[in-house]
Amino acid sequence: MPETFAATIAIELSEMCFAWRDGLEPVLKIAHLQINKGERVFIAGPSGGGKSTLLSLVAGVVVPQRGTIKVNGCRLNGLQGAARDRFRADNIGYIYQMFNLIPYLSVVENVTLPCRFSARRRERASARSSGYTNEALRLLNHLGMGEAPVIDKPVTELSVGQQQRVAAARALIGTPEILVADEPTSALDTNRREAFIELLFNECDRQDTTIVFVSHDTGLEPLFDRTIRLSDINTKWNKSC
Amino acid sequence: MLTLAVKSLKNRKFTTALTIAAIALSVTLLLGVERIRKEAKASFTKTISGTDLIVGARTGPVQLLLYSVFRIGNATNNISWESYQEMSQNPNVKWTIPISLGDSHRGYRVMGTNADYFKHFLFAGGRRLEMAKGRIFDGVFDAVLGADVARALGYRLEDAIIIAHGAGQVSFVKHDDKPFTVVGILRKTGTPVDQTVHVRLEGIEAIHIDWQDGAPLPGQSISRQQVLNMDLTPKTITAFLVGLKSRIAVFGVQRFVNQYPQEPLLAILPGVALQELWHLVGVAEKALLAVSGFVVVVGLAGMLIALMTSLNERRREMAILRSVGARPYHVFALIVGESALLTVMGVAIGIGLLYALLVISQPLILAKFGIFIEISAISLYELWLIVIVCLAGIVIGLIPGYRIYRYSLADGMTIRI
Repeated sequence: MPETFAATIAIELSEMCFAWRDGLEPVLKIAHLQINKGERVFIAGPSGGGKSTLLSLVAGVVVPQRGTIKVNGCRLNGLQGAARDRFRADNIGYIYQMFNLIPYLSVVENVTLPCRFSARRRERASARSSGYTNEALRLLNHLGMGEAPVIDKPVTELSVGQQQRVAAARALIGTPEILVADEPTSALDTNRREAFIELLFNECDRQDTTIVFVSHDTGLEPLFDRTIRLSDINTKWNKSC
Repeated sequence: MLTLAVKSLKNRKFTTALTIAAIALSVTLLLGVERIRKEAKASFTKTISGTDLIVGARTGPVQLLLYSVFRIGNATNNISWESYQEMSQNPNVKWTIPISLGDSHRGYRVMGTNADYFKHFLFAGGRRLEMAKGRIFDGVFDAVLGADVARALGYRLEDAIIIAHGAGQVSFVKHDDKPFTVVGILRKTGTPVDQTVHVRLEGIEAIHIDWQDGAPLPGQSISRQQVLNMDLTPKTITAFLVGLKSRIAVFGVQRFVNQYPQEPLLAILPGVALQELWHLVGVAEKALLAVSGFVVVVGLAGMLIALMTSLNERRREMAILRSVGARPYHVFALIVGESALLTVMGVAIGIGLLYALLVISQPLILAKFGIFIEISAISLYELWLIVIVCLAGIVIGLIPGYRIYRYSLADGMTIRI
């Protein structure tokens, strides 16, 4: 029973407390948070409420002072820095609010960037489309970016919506278990937001990817399986860690 | 990581080009100065060759070299003609070239010698003097001009020149009663020969025949015609060059000269004296190298500035790289790789530029200064300089590299602009 139970959990935080530096006031203090595999979770909260910090913790960029973070059954705060980096490269796709792309790389190079750092994602992407470049093209195509003139443009000349779709393709290449999106739609106008999220969901369904989506825009809530209000679970005012 | 670095640099074409240009130019300067230094030294030591000994009145070796070969300064004493004769009869001696200095023509030294000078004097590792125009001197009042003298003063064959007494630029005492005729002009040598007016020893004797103690004897003028019938064997000469039959004898002959009982003489080995002299002038040349070294430092500092100023705007780029799985050391390697690329490209272009300049300037320098600059491969010393510059570039890259490493650790994936 615990075996199967564990296998369905994507992210699990328990008795977790994080401050940017020891001795500083904690930013996040979460007694328990569980996100299941394949779940689409919307994390709502005001700006500066620690949403991005939570994502950094889940991505293993920072480690909490206390408590544990388990992602895919792996205890992140037990890993060394390099191992966490490898873990992130293998398991997590990340989309930023805006300016997601490396300006000097082409669209396809931007999408295949994770394959440079993760052998696992490179292999998975290659296996799926006979070569990871093909997989990048396939993903771009699915996200409505397949046409040659768009792909051949320098990324700096793409519209914000196009840039976000390229970023989504990059986050999804090599089927990472978890997609972490930090307000990816905030630079898009309203009707484009839903279209973008739908494209994202379509692709995630194919890959059975867990989505952790952070936004202050509660209008998007209904599209998700579940909403977590950060203010409900964060008990940071209990002063120190 | 290297392909990323290349692409990132391409993205910042303008600053990249400027940085590479700065490094390239500084490397060209460094290597160019090193080349000039080497060539200057080589051409310095090329001023005389094939001569085993230089003999003059007793003085310092460098001074003897300066006045006999470089025509700088004056001899304090002369050698008697008899001593010279005896030396040239020495069984070890193959040839001698007498030199008589002391007069000048419009600032150029006049040197009295004989036809052996054109036969035996060698420079630049065995090159012989060649006539550009005319012939060598024959008559008492014939003069053969060095290339620079002819060019600077615009002389042609058959022109008459008047020799002034003393070696100064301006002389008030002139041998204007006995003009010389230009009969030949030498080809450019790149040595002090170019700045010399050559006449026969008899010519020097002839213009001084009615002089005493450095001034014309009043009321005792001897005409140009009359003097030709007189005995013009010189009484003294300033110095002479010696070629030996066998170089093995050189120290024996030197000792013989230095211990010559009749007169205090000094024999020097030109190579040794040239080395000694080079040590004196070598300070300037080292200073020049130091200056070009500083130029390289400035070039690399430019690169450091370019990289440092780009760092802040690139924190976002680094955060993105981190989010796709780059480790802090990847980010560090990216920046250090960029600086290494910049340096290596700058150095490579700098070397290319140097050779391009050498190819272009070689004929010009040969024509203008008579210095033949050899286009040779990179020497071991130059290779060292290059390696040092490259290493310095990489070491300098560690500074922004470490900084971005700290940033990427602190920022994580949070984007800060």
